[in-house]
Amino acid sequence: MTTRNFSRRGMLKAGAAGLAAAALPMGWARPARAAGEVVLGAVYVGPRDDFGWNQGHAVAMEILKTVPGVTVIEEENVAETDAVSKSMESMINLDGANLILGTSFGYFDPFMIDLATKYPDVQFRHAAPLWSADKHPMNLGGYFSYLNQAHYVNGVAAGLSSATGKIGFVAAKPIPTVLSNINSVLLGARSVNPAATVQVIFTGEWSMPVREAEAANALVDAGCDVLTCHVDGPKVVIETAEGRGIKSCGHNTSQAALAPKGFITGAEYKWATIYALYADLLGKGEPLPNVVIGGYDNDMVGNTAYGAGATPEAIAAADAAIAGLKAKKPIYVGPLKDNAGNVVLDKTFDNYDPVLDGMGFLLEGVIGSIT
Amino acid sequence: MQPASTSAMPVVTLGSTGWRPVAEQVAIPVGALVVATLLFSVVLLVLGKNPVQYFALVWQGGFGTSFSLQNSLQRAAPLVLTGLAFAIPAAIGLTMISAEGALVLGGFAAAAVAIPLVTGAAPVGVTLVVMAVVAMVVGGAWTAIAGWLRHTRGVNETISTLLLTYIAIAIMNFFVEGLLRDPGSANKPSTMPIGKDYMVGAIPGTSVHWGFVAGLVLAVGLFVLMRRTTFGFAARVTGGNPRAALAQGLPVGGLVVACCLISGACGGLAGFYEVAAIQGQANASLVAGYGFTGILVSFLARHNPLVIVPVAVLFGAIEASGGLIQRRMDMPDATALVLQGIIFVVLLASDTLQGRLAIFQPKGDGK
Repeated sequence: MTTRNFSRRGMLKAGAAGLAAAALPMGWARPARAAGEVVLGAVYVGPRDDFGWNQGHAVAMEILKTVPGVTVIEEENVAETDAVSKSMESMINLDGANLILGTSFGYFDPFMIDLATKYPDVQFRHAAPLWSADKHPMNLGGYFSYLNQAHYVNGVAAGLSSATGKIGFVAAKPIPTVLSNINSVLLGARSVNPAATVQVIFTGEWSMPVREAEAANALVDAGCDVLTCHVDGPKVVIETAEGRGIKSCGHNTSQAALAPKGFITGAEYKWATIYALYADLLGKGEPLPNVVIGGYDNDMVGNTAYGAGATPEAIAAADAAIAGLKAKKPIYVGPLKDNAGNVVLDKTFDNYDPVLDGMGFLLEGVIGSIT
Repeated sequence: MQPASTSAMPVVTLGSTGWRPVAEQVAIPVGALVVATLLFSVVLLVLGKNPVQYFALVWQGGFGTSFSLQNSLQRAAPLVLTGLAFAIPAAIGLTMISAEGALVLGGFAAAAVAIPLVTGAAPVGVTLVVMAVVAMVVGGAWTAIAGWLRHTRGVNETISTLLLTYIAIAIMNFFVEGLLRDPGSANKPSTMPIGKDYMVGAIPGTSVHWGFVAGLVLAVGLFVLMRRTTFGFAARVTGGNPRAALAQGLPVGGLVVACCLISGACGGLAGFYEVAAIQGQANASLVAGYGFTGILVSFLARHNPLVIVPVAVLFGAIEASGGLIQRRMDMPDATALVLQGIIFVVLLASDTLQGRLAIFQPKGDGK
């Protein structure tokens, strides 16, 4: 941080100059963009340093800033209202952006669909598997990583690091992506400890730190000795677990620093893999693919380096599970029942099977309800 | 009722006292804005940023191009309505944090009532009118609960409206994630989309939706209602001294509830436009804080319905330029909030100058 000396007279001068500058209409015109140059606008729904979803994207975005001819402009805390349309349009109109990355789920419909129609010369990519060729503009697309694969590894490591076999899960909303992570933790834990259970509490909001702390404490009080979560910012859950002297598994990005004693491992997105692919294609002047999805088999998710909470057996089993996922070993091996006893998956499904994208159940062994 | 905690709208009558009170009404808030600007410039200088560049970017991002201006007006549209939602109860001495809840519930009700109409292919005009009316009625009724509690049970309306806001959001979430959830909205629970054909369009030649015009019309209408009618006079008398109003035989309870109904209708209408012009459905994105920003807008406008419009546009411009400032000056998003906060505090502080500056005091002959 730099400081400057300033006097009242200097302030008045600066203020007067500011007013004068403000009085000039249209101070700067739309910046000229050289041919072949890429101006990439990235939009985040929360702060870029949230120890979670947004930080994961923002950190990975750094790789794009190193590509010659690519300028990255970023905006944080942009709500899923017309604010996102206006932010993206402002990037296009005032900064000459020709590639827009929208990193929040609710940006897609209707905002990015409408913008892609309105600005056919600008490329739009959205961080969720929502784009379909027969419904949406061709200058729009999506990219997504299947984090449940890394949560499966969390489950394996947690199952062997827990003394009680009770894993607590603080979840935001009962939607398919979240349910898949909860179920994957259970399946991972049961693969090494058939008696393991996962107890889940839904907070109802993506970011509600007070309720997340309450849920985390309630799970510890219920006997859980490992906590993990799927909320926007896992900081509160991980710190609560550490404070209560139990172990934890992370979500979204690395939270290892928050829990030096109890951290086992964490599920991490590797957006950098996708962004590096984009950077490579942009550098060569080639078009971007409409859809990029993946998991462990193409290095799009990973697990945080094992912390002090991971036992040697847990590390060995988790490494084996990772090797299996890289070889596309399926997580959902049927038939599987939900926790009311109904058969919900009658056969084994591939890790990317669209049936799993619509998941609406908690498997047998998960304590909790989605209604 | 307690004496007014928010300053009621000052009674300005041209002719009897000359130009001075009017000039005072303009000069003090404008002066406060200038002081806030200077204070904020100090913050920027301490951070090593250039205030001139900052305000030049506010100009460019808020007004400098045709796109920027439309961006500001679009962002101002909900703020005009939520500003009015705060200003009307403020006239009668109530500090209501109710616009957010009215917006959310009104918007949700509009989306819910649209489901059978859209499914039944009802005419677009009829559907939109029904949606708007339902949104206003639901928003009004919701806010009137707090007014009724205030008058009959003496419940502090600021606390009750704040808590009711959480309940309103919970009610919407309950239905959006349950009974009224569109099966297609797997990962973002929402009601059924009303579809492009049923959406409120933009004002021709612009990208600004009609909610801004609705706000303008309502601002003028409510200005007339509060300043030029018996109802408005009675409300302002009640705001000035509720016990005196009661002693005069004014129907204080009815006035309180009526002001709450108007407030809630404004909030509900803002919710209607969020659904019918922006989102096309109700979901958690309705909870965007417009109701809370409206409180700042109303205070800055000294709860004057007409002044709310330019103030809302100013706030729209600050928000519209926020992104540009993030991008060009590498400053965090919270910068715009710091500016808004400084403006708010300086403005409240400047209120103590009302009636204390000699130049604005009427001379003996009223010239």
